[in-house]
Amino acid sequence: MKKITFPHMGYMNVPVKTFFESLGYEVLIPPKISRKTLDLGVKYGPEFACLPLKINLGNFIEAMEEGADVLIMGGGCGPCRFGYYAEVQQEILKDLGYEFEIFVIEPGILKNFNKIKNIFGNIPYSKIIPSAKLAWKKALVMDDIYKMVLENRAKEKETDIIDQIYNDFLEEIDNLMTIDAIEEINSKYSNKINQSIGEYKQGIEIRVGLVGEIYLVLEPYVNLDIEKKLGQLGVSVEKNLYITSWLKHFLHLSKEQEVIEKKAEKYLKNFVGGHGIDSIGNTVRYAEKGFDGVVQLAPFTCMPEIISESILPSVSKEENIPILSLFFDEHSGDAGLQTRLEAFVDLIVRRKQNKEGILYA
Amino acid sequence: MLDKNKENSYFLGVDVGSVSTDIALLDYFGNLITKKYLRTKGQPVRVLQEGLSSLKKEYDEINILGVGTTGSGRNLAGVILGSDVVKNEISTHAVAASKLVSDVQTVIEIGGQDSKIIIIRDGIAVDFAMNSVCAAGTGSFLDQQASRLEIDIKDFGGYALKAESPVRIAGRCSVFAESDMIHKQQLGYDLPEIIAGLCEAMVRNYLNNVAKGKDIRTPIVFQGGVAANVGIKKAFEKELGEEVYVPEYHDVMGAIGAGLLARENILYKKNKTKFKGFDITDIDFKTKSFECDACPNKCEVVNIYQDGQLIARWGFKCTKWEAV
Ligand code: SF4
Repeated sequence: MKKITFPHMGYMNVPVKTFFESLGYEVLIPPKISRKTLDLGVKYGPEFACLPLKINLGNFIEAMEEGADVLIMGGGCGPCRFGYYAEVQQEILKDLGYEFEIFVIEPGILKNFNKIKNIFGNIPYSKIIPSAKLAWKKALVMDDIYKMVLENRAKEKETDIIDQIYNDFLEEIDNLMTIDAIEEINSKYSNKINQSIGEYKQGIEIRVGLVGEIYLVLEPYVNLDIEKKLGQLGVSVEKNLYITSWLKHFLHLSKEQEVIEKKAEKYLKNFVGGHGIDSIGNTVRYAEKGFDGVVQLAPFTCMPEIISESILPSVSKEENIPILSLFFDEHSGDAGLQTRLEAFVDLIVRRKQNKEGILYA
Repeated sequence: MLDKNKENSYFLGVDVGSVSTDIALLDYFGNLITKKYLRTKGQPVRVLQEGLSSLKKEYDEINILGVGTTGSGRNLAGVILGSDVVKNEISTHAVAASKLVSDVQTVIEIGGQDSKIIIIRDGIAVDFAMNSVCAAGTGSFLDQQASRLEIDIKDFGGYALKAESPVRIAGRCSVFAESDMIHKQQLGYDLPEIIAGLCEAMVRNYLNNVAKGKDIRTPIVFQGGVAANVGIKKAFEKELGEEVYVPEYHDVMGAIGAGLLARENILYKKNKTKFKGFDITDIDFKTKSFECDACPNKCEVVNIYQDGQLIARWGFKCTKWEAV
């Protein structure tokens, strides 16, 4: 039987695996992203490609070493290199001597029905719909719980307790195959999190919004666990980018994108690829909602985010909100990130204290 | 209670970086009494102990009210000293600059390995940036070039001031700058012209990469080890068209800031100091690191031992080594 695999991106593996398994396929999740994954990607990927391509490549190699032979990859169009990742990766993997089939999910995919049939066989709609519903439900619940994690690490009663609860949750949800069971653990874990909330670590509430390129925003390995670092510094984090929100946009199920573009209009009117315009629009929204700061995350050399990075200083000034732009590549280190985050949090705390007139040194 | 002892009561600020370890001794009111600028040479613990013991010798009656540490070795130093405040180097530099120049709006800081810009308004930092990948324009790059040109780094700036018309050196990154500099040397330009050109290239590089998009306003304070270099200072002034102010203790501003924050912590927040005392100079500290091979991450885990006992540990990505 064919073994399906796909790259990691945050916890996307859970719902995607559920989808294919409930259709009766065998799924092989690549080993968790590690130093080794990155090393493989850096070794075989083009030097100037951005970090996501390298990690995806490492994921594929590691999964194929374990026996995967059908690769699923995202594609795209527009002024961002992501659109040709799948092509580049295919060539590299072929050169390395692997044998596989690859299936690229991109706009207009349904027109190419024969290819789908060739790879996956004939699957009736009546089977696909319930599988998709189940996977979708999982993804939504995972987002809900994760939103709570992001908000509440800043005031957890004991260090790391929220992450422990969250890890238990991830383990439990992985194997659930009914909508009811998923509902049930949603309320179970929301309660658990609610019970572990105490005082703000910084003594005051600090809210920061995350914007940027989707892979960097969703994958903790490449963003060096920035959300956890912020949480431990006493910051409540919010973001707008989730797999579900991206899919809603991709499938034209939500009006969110129009709102974002409307907010960005004053600073950027054109689509620049990736999530460039979202970074601007969402920053404006966070400022309007009274957030204390915004952090932008992107891979080094990411064109759409470089464009927004150059616009963000004016947004910061006009909307009166501090912004920290962070670009990551395989050389990014924990220490440098920690220093910047601590300084950013200090800056926010002092700003707030200053408003209340309690500034000493 | 504290007031009685204002006379011989001090605050200690320590900045442990990869190149230098700086110690600042502040009086009760936060004024600098003495400073030490030591080479870290890969042995932060030894250097720190030596620095403290020489401080102890100079002041026989010395009452430390609080300690702050900063720099890339801030956690290490914090554990060893029993520090009250462990702060990142951006915050400490901002605090120190505001104390010395009360209306400062821009801080340019260039040290051995890092360079940063801090934007300050009404006494608080509102924006900052740090060099990320490129080491061009830091102290170690200048050291290298000085030795390549066979001059003492101390004379570097003096040469630059003698230049009549600096040559233009491509300064996009350290590799470009270096090869272009050699090229200009081969073309027969005089040393002062080349050195001044290099200073200007460094400043352009800093302004285009680190300070890019930042709102630079006066007063501008230039601090860090490189601020001693009059050639770089002049190049900044030429490029910005503004006066650049170098504080007297520009090389230990991080340590001063750490001391000031410790002072704030003790005097205003009324905390009690955790300082372990000068005896720590006799304690046997050891750092040992090993590569964890329990998973493909292969983390470099660092252990700190005090008299053979493990007191701190970091460097791991999972929870495996959390318990000390
Ligand atoms: S410390 Fe944890 S994450 Fe790091 S190599 Fe060991 S097991 Fe892996």
